[in-house]
Amino acid sequence: MMNDMSKIEQGIAVDAVKIQARGVQVFYGEKQAIKDVSVEILDKTVTAFIGPSGCGKSTFLRCLNRMNDTIDICRVNGDIRLDGEDIYDPAIDPVQLRAKVGMVFQKPNPFPKSIYDNVAYGPRIHGLARSKADLDEIVERSLRRGAIWDEVKDRLHEPGTGLSGGQQQRLCIARAVATEPEVLLMDEPCSALDPIATAQVEELIDELRLNYSVVIVTHSMQQAARVSQKTAFFHLGNLVEYGDTGQIFTNPEDPRTESYITGRIG
Amino acid sequence: MTTFVFAALLGVSILGYLLNRRAAAGLRADGARLHSLPGYHGLFSLLSTLVPVLVLILLWLVLQGPVIDHVVMSGLPAGSLDGLDTGSRQLILAEIKSIARGQIFGEPEQWKLDAAQRYLQLQQVSGWVLLAIVVILSLAIVAFARSRVGAAFRARHGVERIVSGLMIFCSTVAIFTTIGIIASLLFESIRFFQMVPITEFFFGLNWEPQIPLREDQIAAEGAFGWLPVILGTIVITVVALFLAVPVGLLSAIYLNEFAPDRLRAVAKPLLEILAGVPTVVYGFFAILVVAPAMRSFGASLGIPVSPNTALAAGSVMGIMLIPFISSFTDDALSAVPKSLRDGALALGATRAETVLNVLFPAAIPGIVGGILLAVSRAIGETMIVVMAAGLIASLTINPLDSVTTVTVQIVTLLIGDTSFDNPKTLAAFALGMMLFVVTLIINVFALRIVRKYREAYD
Repeated sequence: MMNDMSKIEQGIAVDAVKIQARGVQVFYGEKQAIKDVSVEILDKTVTAFIGPSGCGKSTFLRCLNRMNDTIDICRVNGDIRLDGEDIYDPAIDPVQLRAKVGMVFQKPNPFPKSIYDNVAYGPRIHGLARSKADLDEIVERSLRRGAIWDEVKDRLHEPGTGLSGGQQQRLCIARAVATEPEVLLMDEPCSALDPIATAQVEELIDELRLNYSVVIVTHSMQQAARVSQKTAFFHLGNLVEYGDTGQIFTNPEDPRTESYITGRIG
Repeated sequence: MTTFVFAALLGVSILGYLLNRRAAAGLRADGARLHSLPGYHGLFSLLSTLVPVLVLILLWLVLQGPVIDHVVMSGLPAGSLDGLDTGSRQLILAEIKSIARGQIFGEPEQWKLDAAQRYLQLQQVSGWVLLAIVVILSLAIVAFARSRVGAAFRARHGVERIVSGLMIFCSTVAIFTTIGIIASLLFESIRFFQMVPITEFFFGLNWEPQIPLREDQIAAEGAFGWLPVILGTIVITVVALFLAVPVGLLSAIYLNEFAPDRLRAVAKPLLEILAGVPTVVYGFFAILVVAPAMRSFGASLGIPVSPNTALAAGSVMGIMLIPFISSFTDDALSAVPKSLRDGALALGATRAETVLNVLFPAAIPGIVGGILLAVSRAIGETMIVVMAAGLIASLTINPLDSVTTVTVQIVTLLIGDTSFDNPKTLAAFALGMMLFVVTLIINVFALRIVRKYREAYD
């Protein structure tokens, strides 16, 4: 269903675009949560989704790794491509997709297992490690990427649930990173954290950009401004404006974006 | 008469409620700032009348019978009870009571008729005295409660104290009942162990609780070794769990994780109907369907199967236990936070991997609790095994043999005419005690496991 125009667009952006969404609509039963959203998410870039509560930014994020499949009444229309491949194609296995598109949730959700087993879980189920030494190395590398290695290296076999909230969230990031994803989705990853932990996670997000395409949903506009290069503003299920973060925050084109950023709506 | 007493108490209490509430409402209407709402002032009066007077009435009703009996018996003409033992005295009292009820057989002596008359009079008097006491006492309490009504009076605290006292009372009822049961088991068991050596009971390999009833009767000496009996219980329980645990767990996992909502809505209640089937019906099923089927199947393979087998009883018991395990497992799986499920799925785990590696370990405490509850049920289950397992205690672990269980033996020891002074009957208490101890140990074990893992995912 693509017209010539979009083919040209795709051609221009081909080496930078990681995820391309076109005309995405999401319904919960009869209720439409996302109305015709099209967006291109770049590789090795932090993209922030901002907008008032209930605007659909989390719903849209969960479309990108088909987590909405787990909700029975949820229906997704439109076209979402990862590296040009339609992720809603029946031939695509959502399990493999989620290994490529990792996710970090709003509330830290470590498994009731040891720190080591939390991180090793993904590599184990995907058979990424050939030996115990291999797995040890993956776990260490992931914990280092999660910027938590130094804090937990002496207690890898203690339960992950015993860590503080901020540590738990970084553990969850390390766990997501351990499966070697290409895209990392973060659904308000700092909303349950204190300011110091938030600062640590934000610093981490900036480092993750070197290896991954990161998409972060956030309520905090300061956070979006601090960590992202691209920003998308959602309002009532519509993607109102999408552009460079600096542009959105200093010189928004749409009056709704300006109202939100200056605090008049939301 | 008793009805009047209760009606009077209820009437006075309600009167007290209304009086106090109106008084408090009046105070408030006059602009006073009350500590407690008028309703609490009313309730304070109601409860402080109802509770103590009710206790008094119950005590009175319990005690009046023995007291009247005693008065009637001691008021009999001198010499009429001379030389009679307790049993005959009881008979005379019973006769007097039945005369008082108007059931006269033959020609009773004049003194019995007089005693019956006195008996009726005393009952009447007791009733009137009770009514008078109740009315006076409850009115006094109402008046007292009314006098307490004031802006500063903390009626709500009073009500809360009375209610919490009632709650404490209710919870101790259960505890004292348990203590009573244990005590009665314990005392009778001790009597049993005075007749049968404790070592024979615990280490004896024979269970033949037949003893001669008369001196000259030829009968077996009687052997009271509990090992074959408890072994039978264990065999049947193991058979039951071998069926119930896998079926229960897998059906719960399927219904919770994989089944479409519509199937779940139908299948789950159906499964729970199994828990509502009376055990005697399971007994029919075991003895009329399962046991013959197993027997003919065994015969076709050339394996001898006895008509009553541990396998038949155990597998039917297993069917009975499925809903226990599946509903506990289902609850435990549903209680695992959704965030854990999402976390595993987002890592690219399949649903099976999510269930097996993440949900199942997190749900283990609940699941273990359900299984151990099922074990307790299986050990204590009586009706199915009475019908489908055997009566002869044999020391075997072959599930195709006929075995007997602790519960079956208790039933057979206690049905029919029994007297509580021989080891045959008292053995039932010893078995009951052991059954109680075993299930208690399992329950304690279950609670400990549940507590140990409870905070795993909070």
